[in-house]
Amino acid sequence: MDMLAGKVKKTSLNVDSAMNPTDVLERPIRLTARDVTVHYGAKQALHGISIDIPDRAVTAFIGPSGCGKSTFLRCINRMNDTIEGAKVGGTIKLDGEDIYAPALDVVELRARIGMVFQKPNPFPKSIYDNVAYGPRIHGLARNKADLDEIVVSSLRKAGLFEEVKDRLQEPGTGLSGGQQQRLCIARAIAVGPEVILMDEPCSALDPIATAVIEELIDELRENYTIVIVTHSMQQAARVSQRTAFFHLGNLIEQGPTEDIFTNPVNKQTQDYIMGRIG
Amino acid sequence: MNALVVAGVLIVLLGISYQTGWSKSRNLVTADGVKVHSRPQYHGSFTAIWAMIPALVILLLWAWFGGGITHNYTVSQIPQDILVSLDQAGLNGALIRINALASGYGVAGETAPWEQAAGDAVRSFNFLTFAGTLILAVVAGGAGLFYARSQINARLRARNSVERVVNVLLLACSAVAILTTVGIVASLVTEALRFFTFINPIDFFFGTVWAPNNAGGDNHGSYGLLPLLSGTLMITAIAMIVAVPVGLLSAIYLSQYAPKSFRAVAKPLIEILAGIPTIVFGFFALVTVGPFLRDFGNAIGLQISATSALTAGIVMGIMIIPFVSSLSDDIMNQVPRTLRDGAYGLGATQSETIRNVLLPAALPGIVGAFLLAVSRAIGETMIVVLAAGNAPILRGSPFEPVSTITVSIVNQLTGDTDFTGPQSLVGFALGLTLFVVTLCLNIFALYIVRRFREQYE
Repeated sequence: MDMLAGKVKKTSLNVDSAMNPTDVLERPIRLTARDVTVHYGAKQALHGISIDIPDRAVTAFIGPSGCGKSTFLRCINRMNDTIEGAKVGGTIKLDGEDIYAPALDVVELRARIGMVFQKPNPFPKSIYDNVAYGPRIHGLARNKADLDEIVVSSLRKAGLFEEVKDRLQEPGTGLSGGQQQRLCIARAIAVGPEVILMDEPCSALDPIATAVIEELIDELRENYTIVIVTHSMQQAARVSQRTAFFHLGNLIEQGPTEDIFTNPVNKQTQDYIMGRIG
Repeated sequence: MNALVVAGVLIVLLGISYQTGWSKSRNLVTADGVKVHSRPQYHGSFTAIWAMIPALVILLLWAWFGGGITHNYTVSQIPQDILVSLDQAGLNGALIRINALASGYGVAGETAPWEQAAGDAVRSFNFLTFAGTLILAVVAGGAGLFYARSQINARLRARNSVERVVNVLLLACSAVAILTTVGIVASLVTEALRFFTFINPIDFFFGTVWAPNNAGGDNHGSYGLLPLLSGTLMITAIAMIVAVPVGLLSAIYLSQYAPKSFRAVAKPLIEILAGIPTIVFGFFALVTVGPFLRDFGNAIGLQISATSALTAGIVMGIMIIPFVSSLSDDIMNQVPRTLRDGAYGLGATQSETIRNVLLPAALPGIVGAFLLAVSRAIGETMIVVLAAGNAPILRGSPFEPVSTITVSIVNQLTGDTDFTGPQSLVGFALGLTLFVVTLCLNIFALYIVRRFREQYE
């Protein structure tokens, strides 16, 4: 299957995209997953997930707790490698390149696919050092001025710069929860990723901080491919262009967000959206 | 025998009183319309407490004052003319003989008639007072029981009373630990002050010669702390040079790299190292490490004594490896997984994550672990007694024999000591010094550990 970036290719999966000309799948596909399975020891957590993720759009994974949406997200940048006993099967391709190929360098992959976690997890370092950490380990800045430039522009893109510009040397852990999460987003952006994975980025935040992050996600969409896992269906409806519904380790239904929420095909999806399961 | 009887009586009293309160409470349930405040168990405990406390108070009072009363009675049984002829030691001897006769163990040699008579009298006195005390205790306990029983009604807040008593009990238990510490410190301080009436504190704390004159007499000798302190610090420093890198690196391997199966075997094995008695480490130092270092020194042209600061320090370092590695390992495992994930998610390698994220986050806790290990090393005795050479001389070279504070305490306090001269009292001054040094280190360690807790919240 030819899935190179820049070429638009519809797959048989996306029946509804053909009916809906505004679907973002018209855009180039960045990530392709086929028959992805995950085992934690003897327990199977994912049963053959196949999905295409389009460029410069927000794809939301929804589903009840334990449905495998976070597990699948962690497959995309191979974070499951750090969990002992986890085994991943199937293929995931980024711009046509198999990310589980033995020759692939996982460190480079994670530089291309950034991640924001459920709980804000700034390092116990200064705000500046938090953002500068990625560029430093990857050698992205030639000198101090370069690094300053990266830090400032990343903080700007994350909408945090105005709030912290006078205290860049203060610890990142001293910020509020919402600010910490935006700091983590800035930290991810600073490495210059193409894809940003967000694992329930607002679950530990209050409604106002959540609204700020959602707005930010909407802006970031212009430059990055974003995949977000969320518990909140309203959030999925607000920020995403495509939605995939997971249940018990299976991908039940996927399509344009509007279709999923207004006209779900599958009975289980319908039940979840109506609040009957999960 | 007597203790068994007392314990038996108390247990019976406990059982009866609990049962009384419990069954009375059960009958309350039928009372119409009124909700019973406490569960029957609380009424039972309430009654039991009321019965036990008076009984225990009477037994305790007897335990406190009974000895003195018995003593006076025994003395009074010795005929007046004999009593005046006895000096203090003779009186003590006579009392021991009389008590031996009274308890039925018998005595060596002939018994004088007055001894036999006094022994019989004391025996019956002992029996009477014992029985009397016990009966008094039971009566008081019974009175408490009936009072408590009469108090039981539906609205009695038995639960609150019982929990208050439990509270006091818990407080008393923690007071034991606190009062013991206070008592030990107070005795150290007073004895050390007595020492300082013989020796000027300046000569003690800043003196460079340790040469106590243990023969006694007016010449006390000199008690300079510095040779001992320098020996202690030198050995501790060598121990830390051995233990910190080995312990920390093994902790990093165990917590970050080792597969689960290896860790499950290795961690308990390392902790067994902490369970080896220090005296065993001591002769390991004396028999194996010391001669090896001496031969090794010869081979490379260095004069190393078999018993030296180096020998003691190396072996002590091995001894405290488990403290460093086990504590550091626990601390590194406490660093939240999300923090490590954050670094991995940015494309950091495992070693970058450990160096840049894990160690800085765990550093205060690790320093706390180091300081606990230092406290342990400073107070260590057996290894240095055997392996450091016991030479209290101010020296700069770790290859020569030294002595430490702990070793000198052992030297000054073993054998016959009467605690009247500086020769033995110096032990308390040294003990106090050691206590203050380790206390400061512990406070510093606690301070660091506390800061660590606030690190990522």
